[in-house]
Amino acid sequence: MLIFAARRLLAAIPTLLVVTLLVFALVRLLPGDPARLQLGEEATPQALTELRHKMGLDRPVAVQYVSWLGDLGQLNLGRSLQDNTTVSSLIAQKLPTTFELALLSLLIAVALALPAGILSALRPGGALDRLVTLLALSGISLPTFFLGILLIYIFSVNLAWIPASGYVGLSENAGLNLKLMLLPAVTLGVGSAAVLTRFLRSSLLEVLNQDYVRTARAKGVAGRLVIVKHALRNALIPVVTVLGLQLGGLLGGAVVTEQIFSVPGFGRLLVDAVFTRDLPVIQGMVLTSAALVFLVSFLVDLAYGAIDPRVRFG
Amino acid sequence: MTALPAVPTIKRERNKTLRRFTANRLAVAGLIVVLLLSVVALLSPYISPFDPAKQDFAALLQSPSAAHPLGTDELGRDTLSRVLYGARISLSAGLVSVALALVVGTALGLIAGFVGGWLDELIGRIIDALLAFPFLILAISLAAILGPSLQNTMLAIAIVTTPAFARVTRAQVLAQRELDYVQAASALGASSGRTLLRHILPNISGALIVQASLAIAEAVLAESTLSFLGLGVQPPTPSWGSMLNTARGYLQTAPWLALAPGVIIFLTVLAFNLLGDGLRDALDPRGRTR
Repeated sequence: MLIFAARRLLAAIPTLLVVTLLVFALVRLLPGDPARLQLGEEATPQALTELRHKMGLDRPVAVQYVSWLGDLGQLNLGRSLQDNTTVSSLIAQKLPTTFELALLSLLIAVALALPAGILSALRPGGALDRLVTLLALSGISLPTFFLGILLIYIFSVNLAWIPASGYVGLSENAGLNLKLMLLPAVTLGVGSAAVLTRFLRSSLLEVLNQDYVRTARAKGVAGRLVIVKHALRNALIPVVTVLGLQLGGLLGGAVVTEQIFSVPGFGRLLVDAVFTRDLPVIQGMVLTSAALVFLVSFLVDLAYGAIDPRVRFG
Repeated sequence: MTALPAVPTIKRERNKTLRRFTANRLAVAGLIVVLLLSVVALLSPYISPFDPAKQDFAALLQSPSAAHPLGTDELGRDTLSRVLYGARISLSAGLVSVALALVVGTALGLIAGFVGGWLDELIGRIIDALLAFPFLILAISLAAILGPSLQNTMLAIAIVTTPAFARVTRAQVLAQRELDYVQAASALGASSGRTLLRHILPNISGALIVQASLAIAEAVLAESTLSFLGLGVQPPTPSWGSMLNTARGYLQTAPWLALAPGVIIFLTVLAFNLLGDGLRDALDPRGRTR
């Protein structure tokens, strides 16, 4: 298992290097001078030259990349142009909120997808299956921001049950925190629920065609019990991996959701950085999100290898 | 056996695919909505009751009426006309960005899959790396760095969509490369370029069409998201996403403002998704359960 993990990690290194190269290129090679951005349009040529020297922009691009990579190795993502705080501390401060949001969304997604996927697979092609299939595709097609606005209109404006925005930390007041996070979590979770439903359905249908399920049926195990006790367990394995791969979509969706509901998380930080053209923050966040997605897919790979030996030795 | 039956077989196969597609009512509905939207986008200057940019300060935030079936916005502009014109922005953003991604991604995938070796390794790494970035976060960052405009939005979406096409193409080419017809073409002296473009490409076009349809759905969604965040098409150009963003401020007084653009984005994306799903089932009946 350790050898498997080490092999996967080694294989990932070239890709990770390309990721850093792309993020570096994203900011350095596109039009716009970071020094001018920091100093503004009225900066004197002398001040610009000095800052360019201080930032190392007058060195060859390859040297800049290597020194930036060295900084990365020490988790140094640079400083925000806004208030000179380190990018890593900004991100570390905002990520827990987004993790909570993502986790709640996944819970909601699983709670919706599990019954929907099972009901759908019970009678493929039946009326219920067709309804679930259409609903799942609708869930994928529904824009996050429209769903959020609809929920605000129904539950905040009309029914006045939950305030439309506002945020209280989990440690300050857990009850209020969960109440305020409910609408954002539903908004973000519906898309994942739709994706999971489709995967669970196809995974179940595949498993239900296998010999051991037929054996269980032949033994006289009742129809529904076969699904719950025999099929579901194996059908869930690929679904778990899909669950892990949802992270990228959730991080992207969080940008929109946090914007609508004024949740001060990772996504909100990105939008703020974009509007103040805070390049070091944007660069650091893009890199962090890719690293997180990479880490989770690596862990999913390991989990898959642990569950299914064929993956390890294949 | 002579080679005669070849053409009728292909024709029969096409008819079967067509029949499978038309039997799927949801897919046909998707196709009809896509066609309708295209007509609306093309004819919007002729069918819009008002100029979408014309402000009327005597008619601010009006609820739906005979004169303004979808009401008016905070500047007195006709919502219906803006939704009709918005179809041009959304569809052109979806089509142009996916066309770009299709051309570049397919070319990369063809080269990687067919040539192999270090070139495949290099292209494969770049695809893997690009796929590690969350779609929307990369699109937002690219749009932010390039600056907000319709062209830059299309470019940003094209860049994030390209790796998916490259990956699909590469996988398909690897599967086709070993088949007899490719060997036969090479044996007959066809060059690599000819084998790729005249023999392999037509055989993988089905997978690419499916991918394109689903990618347009994603691209339309991405364009409206960028516009909603203020990073895409800039006012006063009517875009569904930016209309929704404005409408957000008037939920208490004028909720209908949010409904029209929201519903139309949803329907557009759903139509392309239904079309893509239907095409996939029709072209690959074995994958039906998916």
